[in-house]
Amino acid sequence: MSTTTVDAPGIAVTERRLMEGSEALVRASIVAGCRFFAGYPMTPFTEVLEHFARLLPEVGGVCINAESELEAVGMAWGALSTGARAATGSTGQGLSLMQESFSEITVAELPLVIFNMARGQQDYFQATRGGGHGDYRHIVLAPQDAQEGIELVQLAFHLADKWRNPVLIYGDYLLAHVQEAVTVERIDFPELPPKDWAVDGSRTGSGLSGTVTSLGVGKIGQFEFGQEGKYQYIATKMPLMEREVRVETGYLDDAETVVVAFGTPAKFVKYAIKQLRADGHRVGYVRPITLWPFPYDAVREAAAGARRVGSFEMSGGQMIDDVRIGAAGQAPVHFIGGVSTDQSGFGVGRMLDVVDVTARILALHEGGEQPPVPGYETYGYRIQPHQMEATR
Amino acid sequence: MTTTSAPPPPGPILETSTAPADARRVEQLKPDLLLSPEHHMCPGCGEPLVLRLFLEAIEELGLATRSIAVVGIGCYTSFSGSMDVDLVQALHGRAPSVATGVKRMLPDSIVFTLQGDGDMVNEGLQEVIHTAARGEKVTCILLNNGVFGETGGHMTATSVIGQRTKNTLDGRDADYHGYPILIGDLIAQLEGAAYVARGSVHNAGAVARTKKMFRRAFETQARGDGFTFVEVLTMCPTGWFIPTVEGPGYLHDTLGEVHIMGELKVDGVVHTTEQLHAENAARAAEMEAKLAAGGIDA
Repeated sequence: MSTTTVDAPGIAVTERRLMEGSEALVRASIVAGCRFFAGYPMTPFTEVLEHFARLLPEVGGVCINAESELEAVGMAWGALSTGARAATGSTGQGLSLMQESFSEITVAELPLVIFNMARGQQDYFQATRGGGHGDYRHIVLAPQDAQEGIELVQLAFHLADKWRNPVLIYGDYLLAHVQEAVTVERIDFPELPPKDWAVDGSRTGSGLSGTVTSLGVGKIGQFEFGQEGKYQYIATKMPLMEREVRVETGYLDDAETVVVAFGTPAKFVKYAIKQLRADGHRVGYVRPITLWPFPYDAVREAAAGARRVGSFEMSGGQMIDDVRIGAAGQAPVHFIGGVSTDQSGFGVGRMLDVVDVTARILALHEGGEQPPVPGYETYGYRIQPHQMEATR
Repeated sequence: MTTTSAPPPPGPILETSTAPADARRVEQLKPDLLLSPEHHMCPGCGEPLVLRLFLEAIEELGLATRSIAVVGIGCYTSFSGSMDVDLVQALHGRAPSVATGVKRMLPDSIVFTLQGDGDMVNEGLQEVIHTAARGEKVTCILLNNGVFGETGGHMTATSVIGQRTKNTLDGRDADYHGYPILIGDLIAQLEGAAYVARGSVHNAGAVARTKKMFRRAFETQARGDGFTFVEVLTMCPTGWFIPTVEGPGYLHDTLGEVHIMGELKVDGVVHTTEQLHAENAARAAEMEAKLAAGGIDA
């Protein structure tokens, strides 16, 4: 059915076995046809780079240990221009360095796949609001575990080619480092048109040579968007991409309290809600699988019958903006998450614990105060006297 | 330093109403890899000369149908539309990395970048250094005029001491602005660089020598010997704030005195600055002798 993926002998794993999340994501990438990766080590993303470096040469691919994130994304840009499936990645911090290129790659319509093995969920805005300069969005897929990651990574390469737009995989320390029993099997997607926009040198001197560019320029005598035309064209594509929205919901039918959560923390939320249901509490959840496009309709429907909506996220409160847009005033939206990492800022915070997550959901459900976020009392900001009043 | 002088008196008026039988039109003289002989560069600009040289070299070596250009951001970006070459437009400073990705996916292709000194030596110094150190089998072309021409004449990392620009109004001061980077010399020291040369387009002899440099660079890339680098000093009378006709002389007397022309590394062997000086002096002496004996053809 599909010709967009390439057989990768020895990379697919059909017998279920214990595998680190990073390795699962990398094997899924190669099974999806990814043949180029460039990256720079950074915890907790480093293992993704390690597995690409080890596995890509086995299938004739290339992995370059770039000098910095700026170079890594540039190299992926070049590989994509030849029509190859290519990816890069880092943590949110490293992706900050790549944002200029992300903006231009999006306008140049190159199908880049980006891995963000984030330090928590504080990169939600960076991931879903474009991140760099200009008018654009990236499709953002947030797997809850390695097995779902294997599916979503393959979907990412397909969607990137389908829309000629970057797709970002939002993972974290847990997704990258936890070992799970998984299989890595190829998913076939509908066939896509050939990449006639790519350059390989063969048209040089023919009078019909090609250009891969974000600037809207073409060759003399060829159609030219111009910069304004290119921006307008990209702006009209974005709403069409919103039809790729994906969401999982549970226990919403009679739910009084709805919790919205994504990524690996959503798996904790789902478990807590299942336990609370068993105890007779009418609670349900919405789990955005695509962070952009955000499942506004699912949140709207869930909020319509609910008394209250909670946004559980490991951040100061970012996704809550989208939850509020989705709820559209039908039910009050409360923030029930918080910043919680380990001391280094890399890993899993104390709040990500079934007991704590359950307590936060129950407090929301029963109208009580949210338990303090672990650490807030120690580190919490103390307002200064001169900051008490707004300046008028 | 060249001093400003009155423009030269006009020469004899050419009779153009009837073209001689062997006259050729501009279109017939353009390289085949150029879609149009027109360009939008300032009068006296050296960059279109370089465009001609590397396009002719690619064509003559029979490499056209596997050549891919990666172009940076500067005045020369407008060549992207007139080159009949498969092309990737890169960001300011990023062309060597983009070229790396292209070459690694298409190892049989001939990949070259086109960057100015602001693009390569200011914004993207790290990129070109590491690409050279990796021995990436691409050719990086530097159009070095010692100034940000496109923004209107500002200091770059290759501007020479004393050079007046819009942000060094009293001339580049080593104590305040630092020293120029001699990028070709820097790259020649790297193990991964196989061929490094610095040419110029300020007179006919320099143009002919630069063409040979392009040929050697592309031949070296085609053999897979390593990273290749051709720096070309180009005139920018607009950015140098001098009359157009003084461009070649200014280049020779200022940039050319600091960024020494010649082949800096051939087959992996580095040529020292002293060697380049000696070669250039010998060539000049030879030319003087020929002129004294009655002309270059004598």
